[in-house]
Amino acid sequence: MKKWVFWLAALVVLAAMESSLRGLIGAYNYQIVILVGINIILAVSLNLINGYTGQFSIGHAGFYAVGAYTSASVVVYGGPAIRAATAFLPQTAQNAVLLLLGIIAAAIAAGIAGWAVGIPSLRLRGDYLAIVTLGFGEIIRVLILNIDAIGGARGFSGIPQLSNFFWVYLGVLITVVTVHNLVNSSYGRAFISIRDDEIAAEAMGVDTTRFKVMSFVISSMFAGIAGSLFGHYTMYLHPNSFLFTTSFYLIIMVVVGGLGSIEGAILGAVLVTVLLEVFREFGAFRLVNFSILLVLIMIYRPQGLLGAWTLFRTRKPAPATK
Amino acid sequence: METFLQQVINGISQGSAYALIALGYTMVYGVLRLINFAHGDVYMFGAFMGYYLANIPWIKSGVGTSAAGAVFVMLGAMVLSAGLGILIERFAYRPGRGPTRFTLAFWLGLLGAGGGQMAGQTFTSVVLGAFAGIAAGVVLELLGIRPVRQESRLALLIIAIGVSLFLENGGQQAFGADPKFFPQIIPTTSFKVGPLDLDSQRVIVLLVSLVLMVVLNIIVNYTKTGKAMRAVSFNLDAAKLMGINTDRIIAFTFALGSALAAAGGILVSLLYPRIDPLMGVMPGLKAFVAAVLGGIGNIPGAMIGGLIIGMAEVMAVGYGQSTYRDAIAFVILVLILLLRPAGIMGKGMIEKV
Repeated sequence: MKKWVFWLAALVVLAAMESSLRGLIGAYNYQIVILVGINIILAVSLNLINGYTGQFSIGHAGFYAVGAYTSASVVVYGGPAIRAATAFLPQTAQNAVLLLLGIIAAAIAAGIAGWAVGIPSLRLRGDYLAIVTLGFGEIIRVLILNIDAIGGARGFSGIPQLSNFFWVYLGVLITVVTVHNLVNSSYGRAFISIRDDEIAAEAMGVDTTRFKVMSFVISSMFAGIAGSLFGHYTMYLHPNSFLFTTSFYLIIMVVVGGLGSIEGAILGAVLVTVLLEVFREFGAFRLVNFSILLVLIMIYRPQGLLGAWTLFRTRKPAPATK
Repeated sequence: METFLQQVINGISQGSAYALIALGYTMVYGVLRLINFAHGDVYMFGAFMGYYLANIPWIKSGVGTSAAGAVFVMLGAMVLSAGLGILIERFAYRPGRGPTRFTLAFWLGLLGAGGGQMAGQTFTSVVLGAFAGIAAGVVLELLGIRPVRQESRLALLIIAIGVSLFLENGGQQAFGADPKFFPQIIPTTSFKVGPLDLDSQRVIVLLVSLVLMVVLNIIVNYTKTGKAMRAVSFNLDAAKLMGINTDRIIAFTFALGSALAAAGGILVSLLYPRIDPLMGVMPGLKAFVAAVLGGIGNIPGAMIGGLIIGMAEVMAVGYGQSTYRDAIAFVILVLILLLRPAGIMGKGMIEKV
């Protein structure tokens, strides 16, 4: 199949679904579908660091926050100027331009943040790296809390709603295709070699430093994109949405689904998001039940539900990480 | 100068509380190489156990007036939390390391108890639910559903996060989500030492943490169990081959760490009496930062790390902006790890190929 046919078909299907979905499944389910999409982007991108490169990051919420706030600031503060410059376009096209600019800014800002966090990963390993990434995530959150122009502790309100099912799932598609192509390329083999044995990888001539930073940057960029889509859907941002517990949930998605498998990350994102909604029926026991289920899954199936299983196998998967 | 000294004293008492929690992290990390994210919640549990013990009717009269009351509350909470630590180890982390019995029965029993509470809201329904869950768990186990032997440290970490979520949310169910006020278990008296204002709480916090750390040091360095603990943390497999019952030592480590966390919880509650089920999240995280700062797995390191974090936080609030309080610990962490990746007292590990 030619590539452009695939993307054209995808665009048509997404646009068709966007126009009918809300009516079909109702506003509440629609919102869950959107959240699932955003979590898929986050989980698949986190999987690049944690699952494929074997570095342990618990700071994904930080990059997510950077993206969300950058994009919202660009649109809120730069919005009027951009709209004036694109006044000749119809309203929908203006919105699309605005959102795309926001997304690009979000990806760049989050990528820079990822680069800044990737640098200490050169020196730190394992649990030390984990706690530093967690620390960076919290530092980012506290900084946002203290910047008044983006709402600080009040939260950032007045963000126009620009993203919807179409944009979120276009983002999902782009993320999945990019990460899939990436991990099946020479870059991906470099990532996986670092995960499996860093010293051997280095001895074989893999520039481990460069690839580790690269995986951080790419992963953060996608987290930024997810943040942008999130902010422009909910129209309101608060630093508490980006607590380290958010990072925990993302790690849960990746590990429950199966570390080092894109399908696993997708399954994990869908499962965790949907389960948390379904468990609402249990009222106050929602998170109690969720946590018990989580513990049991990890005890009885430590490799995650899918393990390293993959649908589009282009090569033999490596055994799960230690 | 006086305010500075005053802040130093505040910092030391805050820091010694962090140090007590950090010790549990570092000991568990030492034996299992596991970041026990549930540890901060054990600290919360300790504070709540202290609260309930101090409110037992026949204790209540003695609390706040006699030393025996305070000691009872403190030791009681430590023992109960040690029990919780052992339970967590037995039913969450040990099955995460290899096959053990009654895991499903334990968790399904809890699930059933929750279900019973939701369905009937009576004691009988809770007990019935719990029994149904336990029965289901035993049957499933007889059918062959057992934990698998695994080497995955990551799965263990997710289990720790799961247990932490469980304790936080279970705590909100069991203790109520609204904050409670910790009773004054020791009488407050203020006095002056030179130009400094001291109160009995701060002095007690300092003294008790000091005593606990000395006791811990004696246990770890001068008893047979302590020797076994050090052996396990040096090399678990070799310790096993030398005839050490490693599972028992690990359980003992959890008990010890949890008791210290409970002590920390009560001491902090003396200074800041507001307690709620989520109170352990941030101190837990910061105590972990303290443990890493000192060099994780290193007991004196945890004490030093705790003091540094506590001191820095108090200084930041006293002289800087209190809104940055939660970031201070992490900024120090990042800076120190960039200079000394193994922490202050940690030994850099040489990687053998």
